[in-house]
Amino acid sequence: MYFADLHTAFASIEHNLGGIKHLILDKLKDMKVCLAPVKNLLDDMSNPPLLELICPAGSLPALKAAVDNGADGVYLGLKDNTNARNFSGLNFDEKSLTEGIRYAHTKKRKVLMALNTYPQPATLSRWHQAVDTAASLGVDAIILADPGLMAYARKTHPQLRLHLSVQGSATSYEAVNFYRERFGIQRAVLPRVLSLAQVENVIENTDVEIELFGFGGLCVMVEGRCLLSSYACGDSPNTFGACSPGHAVRWEQTPKGMETRLNGVLIDRYADNEKAGYPTLCKGRFEVQGETYYALEEPTSLNSMDMLPEMARLGIAAIKIEGRQRSPAYVAQVTQVWRAAIDAVKKDRATFKAQPAWQTALAKVSEGSMNTLGAYYRPWK
Amino acid sequence: MMLPAMQLPAMPQPLARLVANIPAWPLVTPASHAFALAANLVAWPSLREMDWTQIHGRRFCVQIRDISLSLHFSLHANGFRAERTAPADVTFTATSADFARLALRLEDPDTLFFNRRLLIEGDTDLGLGVKNMLDAVELETAAAKMPAGMGRVVLLLRRLTTQS
Repeated sequence: MYFADLHTAFASIEHNLGGIKHLILDKLKDMKVCLAPVKNLLDDMSNPPLLELICPAGSLPALKAAVDNGADGVYLGLKDNTNARNFSGLNFDEKSLTEGIRYAHTKKRKVLMALNTYPQPATLSRWHQAVDTAASLGVDAIILADPGLMAYARKTHPQLRLHLSVQGSATSYEAVNFYRERFGIQRAVLPRVLSLAQVENVIENTDVEIELFGFGGLCVMVEGRCLLSSYACGDSPNTFGACSPGHAVRWEQTPKGMETRLNGVLIDRYADNEKAGYPTLCKGRFEVQGETYYALEEPTSLNSMDMLPEMARLGIAAIKIEGRQRSPAYVAQVTQVWRAAIDAVKKDRATFKAQPAWQTALAKVSEGSMNTLGAYYRPWK
Repeated sequence: MMLPAMQLPAMPQPLARLVANIPAWPLVTPASHAFALAANLVAWPSLREMDWTQIHGRRFCVQIRDISLSLHFSLHANGFRAERTAPADVTFTATSADFARLALRLEDPDTLFFNRRLLIEGDTDLGLGVKNMLDAVELETAAAKMPAGMGRVVLLLRRLTTQS
């Protein structure tokens, strides 16, 4: 419990700790406290991260592609429903995770593990075990959505850094601060529903680091609460760990076009010249009052690159790239572009301009091949 | 699923019934044989250590659109095996150039799918699982296990294509 209290204590100390850091470390040394986690915490606080590039890894080659192309950190999950990208053949076992952590840490990059599904009573031990695995193999943080799991992690591994997953759906500073006070979370990934003005409001009222999605697939706007996939095929990302799992998806080329079915239900039909999207219910076309269209959401990708200068000004700690389900080729391409963009905006915020070549590269790998600034740009308050 | 190229004139009913009752349609094309042979030689050494038991005996079809070629095969404990021309469990359709780019890790399958350059029909979970397992193979390790310097050719090809 010692560190749990320290977390809370340090949370209220000003960020600029450089001067008194050594005093604190000396004092703790006298008290025979394990120093490594405290030192990391103090380093973080005296040198807060700015626009770290956090990239997805669904496999070891994807992790290496992220690290080799300039990611500051990668996020990944285990081969089961403890994370929200539970697809066949994807993700890490203990062996590949150990090698991945070794590879990333050798190059001084971070490894974050997503444990962002909601444990079910009958299989709770699987989630606890996953937290234990993360702690014992030395990941730099775990990304959680379930408060019960946060309580377990904090109690069992007080030195382990906790991030609040986007699946936690915390959209206000009150929510973020609640997780900070109760469970000592050090970073929150904000849902993609907020406008930048709303993000600013959160940042002004919390000392929790804020991570934003920069690029990739968009979710319908109730992350962690969405039951659309359950409605269609009985499995939801919140418990099963996958939206539209492969067993429920069927594609078929027909004379009318390519049809996508989810558990037998036709959710879209693409003409030969139309771009396709992921086979999720939210991105299907439905007949509503005599008109067939994307009634819930357009199959587009988020691309917030144009807002990087504003994100830098706000002091966003990290930018997250979506896509653990995708191949190493995607990870390499997207990481490379975002590394260049973040370096450019850090060098000179005022003159930053997203290069056309970067935008072309990102548009190419996008779902539906369309990009949107998403909610960040919306005028709502 | 039937390819337009494979559609035959309607068969007389009695004959059709007879054909349907033959236990195994014997036609394994030379192309499928050649593919299985090549895959066993080039790819199998780096794939054999992985656990493929889940997909043993499942039938795959790779349709190469631009040259109207269909490759039918399955995977077993001892490697790839050519299969007869019949509806597969899962079918991948793309052009030869796109399959080559996928094999060299230059292109992401989702990107090709969004752009309608890759079609996956049949058992999606099987297709997705195989794709993800292949993604988990490290190209350098795989190349090192290829026979007669082929690995070096593959890596060189990849490097040249990336630079162009």
